[in-house]
This record gives sequence, C-alpha cells and structure tokens, in this order.
Amino acid sequence: MQKSKLGIDFGKVERARSVARNIALDVQVFVDKYTTVAVERTLCRLLGIDGVNKDEAPLPNIVVDHIRRNNGLGEGVMFWLGNAVIETGLSPQQIAEEIDSGKLDITRLKIHSEEAILTALKPWIEASLNRIKERRERREKYLSTIGEGPRPYIYVIVATGNIYEDVVQAQAAARQGADIIAVIRTTGQSLLDYVPFGATTEGFGGTYATQENFRIMRTALDEVSEEVGRYIRLCNYCSGLCMPEIAVMGALEGLDVMLNDALYGILFRDINMQRTLVDQYFSRIINGFAGVIINTGEDNYLTTADGFDEAHTVLASDLINEQLALLAGLPEEQMGLGHAFELNPELENGFLYELAQAQMTREIFPKAPLKYMPPTKFMTGNIFRGHIQDALFNAVSIWTGQGIQLLGMLTEAIHTPFMSDRYLSIENARYIFSNMKNIGDEVEFKEDGIIRNRAKFVVERALSLLENMEKEGLFTALEKGLFADVKRPRNGGKGLDGVARKENNYINPFIAIMKGGSSL
Amino acid sequence: MSGGLYSTESREFDKTLDLTQLKPYGDTMNDGKTQLSFTLPVSASDEATEAAKQLMKKMGFENPQVVFFKELAPGFTFFNCYGNSVHAVDYTVIHVPKVTSTKMDMQETDDFIKENIGRKIVVIGASTGTDAHTVGIDAIMNMKGYAGHYGLERYEMFDALNMGSQVLNEDFIAKAIELKADVLLVSQTVTQKDVHIKNLIELVELLEAEGMRDKVILVCGGPRLSHELAKELGYDAGFGMNAYADDVASYIASEMANRIKHKD
Repeated sequence: MQKSKLGIDFGKVERARSVARNIALDVQVFVDKYTTVAVERTLCRLLGIDGVNKDEAPLPNIVVDHIRRNNGLGEGVMFWLGNAVIETGLSPQQIAEEIDSGKLDITRLKIHSEEAILTALKPWIEASLNRIKERRERREKYLSTIGEGPRPYIYVIVATGNIYEDVVQAQAAARQGADIIAVIRTTGQSLLDYVPFGATTEGFGGTYATQENFRIMRTALDEVSEEVGRYIRLCNYCSGLCMPEIAVMGALEGLDVMLNDALYGILFRDINMQRTLVDQYFSRIINGFAGVIINTGEDNYLTTADGFDEAHTVLASDLINEQLALLAGLPEEQMGLGHAFELNPELENGFLYELAQAQMTREIFPKAPLKYMPPTKFMTGNIFRGHIQDALFNAVSIWTGQGIQLLGMLTEAIHTPFMSDRYLSIENARYIFSNMKNIGDEVEFKEDGIIRNRAKFVVERALSLLENMEKEGLFTALEKGLFADVKRPRNGGKGLDGVARKENNYINPFIAIMKGGSSL
Repeated sequence: MSGGLYSTESREFDKTLDLTQLKPYGDTMNDGKTQLSFTLPVSASDEATEAAKQLMKKMGFENPQVVFFKELAPGFTFFNCYGNSVHAVDYTVIHVPKVTSTKMDMQETDDFIKENIGRKIVVIGASTGTDAHTVGIDAIMNMKGYAGHYGLERYEMFDALNMGSQVLNEDFIAKAIELKADVLLVSQTVTQKDVHIKNLIELVELLEAEGMRDKVILVCGGPRLSHELAKELGYDAGFGMNAYADDVASYIASEMANRIKHKD
C-alpha cells in the first residue's frame, strides 16, 4: 500500500474505486448495445472516406445520412460499405462519391457474410491502423530523442480563430517555454453534428477543429520542437457531437492531448447523455490506441458549483471517468483527470484546502498526468491580483506534482490571451516551479491538521456520493443534478436522434483491435 | 542613484484638484502618471525602445519611460512603460445613462412586488446564441447567486427559469410565450468580433416580429455590456460588471410597477 502524506485511508479509496467500477460497468452495458451517427462517421473516416461535396457537406455525413434515411443505421456503415466494396469493386471513398451523386444506394445491394466483408475492407482498415501507429511511433521517437519538458507540463491556449495566426502564437509560446499548445475551438463547434473541412481562418473565440488545421499545427509544432529541443504536444477537443470523429482525425494527424469527457458535454453543453456516452466509448478507444492523453472536465463543475462544498463531486467524477477510460482500454498513464484551483480567494486558509485537494488527487491517481485548472471563476479583471492567484495555483501544483498545468492568465475574464499575457504566465510558472521545486519532498502535513482533515473529509464524502449513485446509476444521478448543480434529462439535450440500437449485422472490428489482443 | 529611476527635475504645475481638468494621479495631484504595457511586432533593440517612446508621445504622454522590455519571440517585444498624460477631461459635464431604480435587498424587493404588483413576476433568462458561458446568468438567477447576493430563484416573488447556455433566440422566445414571461434576461459573455451585438440585435428583431417587444421587460447583461449600449440596441436596461441579482431584481420590480402605473 502506498504511503500517504495526508494519512488518506486507501481502504476507503479502493472501496470508492470499486463502486465507481460498478457505475461504469452499468453504463457500459448500455453503451455496448448502441451506435451513433458520430461513431459511424468515424468508421467512414477509418475506411478512408474524407472530403466534402459541392455543398461543403462532409462525405462521411453523406454516407451515414444515406444509410440512416434507408433505416440502416443500426447495421452500421461497415456492413453496408463492405457489401458495396464487394459488389462494385470501388473504394469506400469512390462509393461515398457515388452515393453523393445519387447513383448508388448501398442499402439495396446483395448481402455478403461478415467474413467476406472484413476481407474486402481489410486494405483500408490496415491503412488507417498503420497510419495511426506511425503517428504514435513518430511521437515516441521524438520523446526518446529530443525529449520533453519537465512536469507539470506547461499548457497554454491559442485562440485567434485563424489557424495560420494560431501557428504564429503557438510557435512563440513554445519558444517561451510552453509544453502543450491547445487550439481552442470556435464557440459552438461542439454542437455541430459534422466536422468542417480544410484550413479555416475564421472563428469566434477559437479556431475550428478540422483535420487540415490539425495537420498544419502539428507540422508547425514539429518544426518548433526540433528548434527548441523539446517535444511540444498539441491539444484539441474531442467533445461535443463529433467526439469519436475528432478523436480519429487527431489520431491520424498525431495529436497528443484531447479533451474527452462526456460528462462535461452533458452538463455544460446539454448534449444528450445516451448519445455522448456511446460516442465517448469509441473516442477513448481511439485515443488509447493512438497514445493520446485525454483530459477530463471535472474542473468545470466548480465554475458553477461551489469549490469548497462540492470538491467531493470532482473526486467522485474522476473515479468514474477513470473506470470508463479503463473499460475503453485507455491506460492510466494517458488519463489527464481534471481538477481545479477554484476556491473563493476570500476564504480563510483557502490555500491549505487547495493544497489538500491537489495532494489528495495526486495520491489517489498516482500514475495519471492530472490536469490542473487555474482560477477562472474568481478572476475579476484586476490583473494584478489575478497574477497572484495564479502564483498560488502554481505553488500548489509544483508542491503536489501535478501532470498538466493549464496556465492561468492574468487577463482571464477579459480577453483571449495576448502574446504578452502568455509570456507573463509562463514566467510566473517557471519561476515558481524552479524556486519551489522540491518543496513537496521536504514538507509533511501535521497529524489532525487542517490539510489532512480536509483530504479525509473529501474522500469520505466522495465515497458516500458514489455509493448513492451506485444504487440508481449514472443516468439517474445526472438527472438529479448530482454534478455541478446541473440537471439533465435522459432523453433531453442535443443529439439523441443520432443514436441507434445495433442490429444483427453490426460490425466494428476496430474496437477489439484498438483495445489490443485482436487482429483482423 | 543612477539610471534615471528618480526624476530630480523640479516640476512646476498646479497641484490643486480641478474637476474640469481631470488627469490621472500617481502620487501628486495632476502629475498625469499612467502605466501601460504593450507589444510591438519588432525585435528588441534601441530602435524598438525609441519606437515605444515615440508611440507614447503620440498617445499623449510626456516624459515617456520604458522601464522594462523583453523580446517575447523573434520579432515581438513587450514593453512596460510610464508616462505623464497631457490630456485632461472635464468631469463636471460627464453624463452616463444608468439604470436609475433605487436598490433594494431581497426582502424589500419581495415586499415591494407584493405591494405594488400583487403577483409573482415571471422571469426567464439564458445565455443565448452560441455563447456557452453560464457564469453571468447563473450569478443573477441561480438560488445560490454570486458573492453573497442571492439569485432571483431565491426570491419569493419571482418565478425564475434559467435556461442555461447556447439557447437559440427562437427557443428563448418560444419559452417566453409558453410561460407568459414578464421579463427576459439575456447574458452575453463572448464578445469576439462583436458576436454578442449581432445576437442581441437579432433577439430584439425577433421580438418585434412577434409583436412582443413592448409586452416584456428586456434586459441584457455581461462583462462587456453597459446600460448605454443596451439602450442603443433596443433593450430596456443593461447590466455590466459588478452588477448583482439585487440590482437586477430592484430594477425589474420598479420598472414593472412603473409600467402598471402608466397603464392606469
């Protein structure tokens, strides 16, 4: 048993973990029975279908809408496309184009066996698996040659709306010391039920996630990684209605980190819970296979709910997210579970509580590259105080060994970061990370003191919350508003009409292959 | 002391406060001292520093000083600067349109509504359009409120519904009709490329098309909004930073009472 600086009762933690496991398994029973339009479009992309038609509609959408119109969604695109490849001798891409021009109805062709279908699709399946593997190996090669920055990785955002301007900002940030560049998505993209195509130069508060934008940015970061002698990771967002599709685009283009959290979408984007939990499963399988670190969004709970009263909901959700990720074959080393520094600055001893919660999270998830979020809710526009809040946040992070440090910006709540804001924030973090480097090895926490008692209290409350949830299940818990003070109905929200029960002929060989232990 | 950190130059200027000639204050009345920082898209050099100083002169600063500079990335240099503003404004003639209701606390507002309106006021609120930020509307509406100011949900005399974020204007209006809302609250946080302005105008236009504009109290809020801008866009009131639920509640209650009076 590991030693705790906080005197955490790991027996209780293990109990909480096994309850979270049951909650996750209950979700998985549901997930296994369903597919979604987004999952099917992902499979189109994995079979090499890409591009848009003359109305700018992505071909994966054309194909999936086609089978849906013909009531064939539940059989899955692989079944229909496999038959079509056998019957027409065309490639999946050519078939998509034929469907678009109205010349082909792939739901009216002769049916072949699953074995024949998989054999017919094998070249495309292997091609995409190999490309993802190559991308993963390319990252691993960089990490073993030029290396990476020390943890916590310094994570900053770019958000100009124009991918080419983002490149300028991202390269500058890397030269200033950033380890992870996140390209914020344009507001509203999470609610689009398609992924735009090509390089984009306009967005609100961010830049569209497109495969071409991923490629442009990854290429630019490779260039700057070699220049600065450390591998710079690229982060994007596979959340929202296109979760697995964006995961596969990221996998194909060598992205390194992905926001990937159904709970976040349900609570904060009002995405239907059935839809997004099915989408999440496949997206996490892809992220796991591609070596992508996922980030979860628990930190956001505290932007709506109180950071002191609701700290245990963050831990409970992290435990559930950990189990959901394990079920998708995603290893702990790729779990950037989220938590945050969001206590009210007016709270006496707030720093001690933050320290307790961060250390507790570290000890409960020892292998995970925890994603630690900066103060946002109590950033006021007083940039001078904000810079100090961020400094305290940085101190807690180096003290407790966090994995990914979402840098706070002094201008949070004012504008998307200026180049100079990023510089000041990186300087702040580097100063503190160096100045306090080994403080965590030197300082122990007093028995029965404020810090130990806080951790104990949060663990106990998380356990009792999970035990309550186990009885009714995750769906009901979300309906009751147990997370973030937000209530979401099981059949409400966006995207439910894109969910279908899997039928008899349904095939998705990627699940088994990507989770390991299986080949074609 | 070297390096010119402290100016020994004697400065002769009038040190009395004259509100018709209002200037920034550093440590002496009318010194005009201002701090600012900016980045110039050139590499760090003597010429870049000189450019920063010249720019400050053009902005209206005497004695411009670059106290710190740093090349952020090749071709970009950050400056921290001080200068003395030569400009002044006449404070005595300034007029800023504001929400003029008297501010009441929760109990006073509830009592005021019982007395003057005699029924619950139906309020719906949302962060509309693509805006995903709920922090503003939550602060005003949710039970818990913000910074100790309880939200409208906690008021006895408000029937408050917070629809959350990314609510389409059309859906917002449909809900207003369904609930016979007296008041619509719109929160806008994202302001990049003026997306909030377009969205706020669209709501007014849709309400006019439905013939509803005059039947509701229409209020917007957000960190970059002001009452003046709100009026310009066709809203009854706008609330910016540092406005809390009690400001909004007091305004709504007195505006409702006014409207009832004018009808009679």
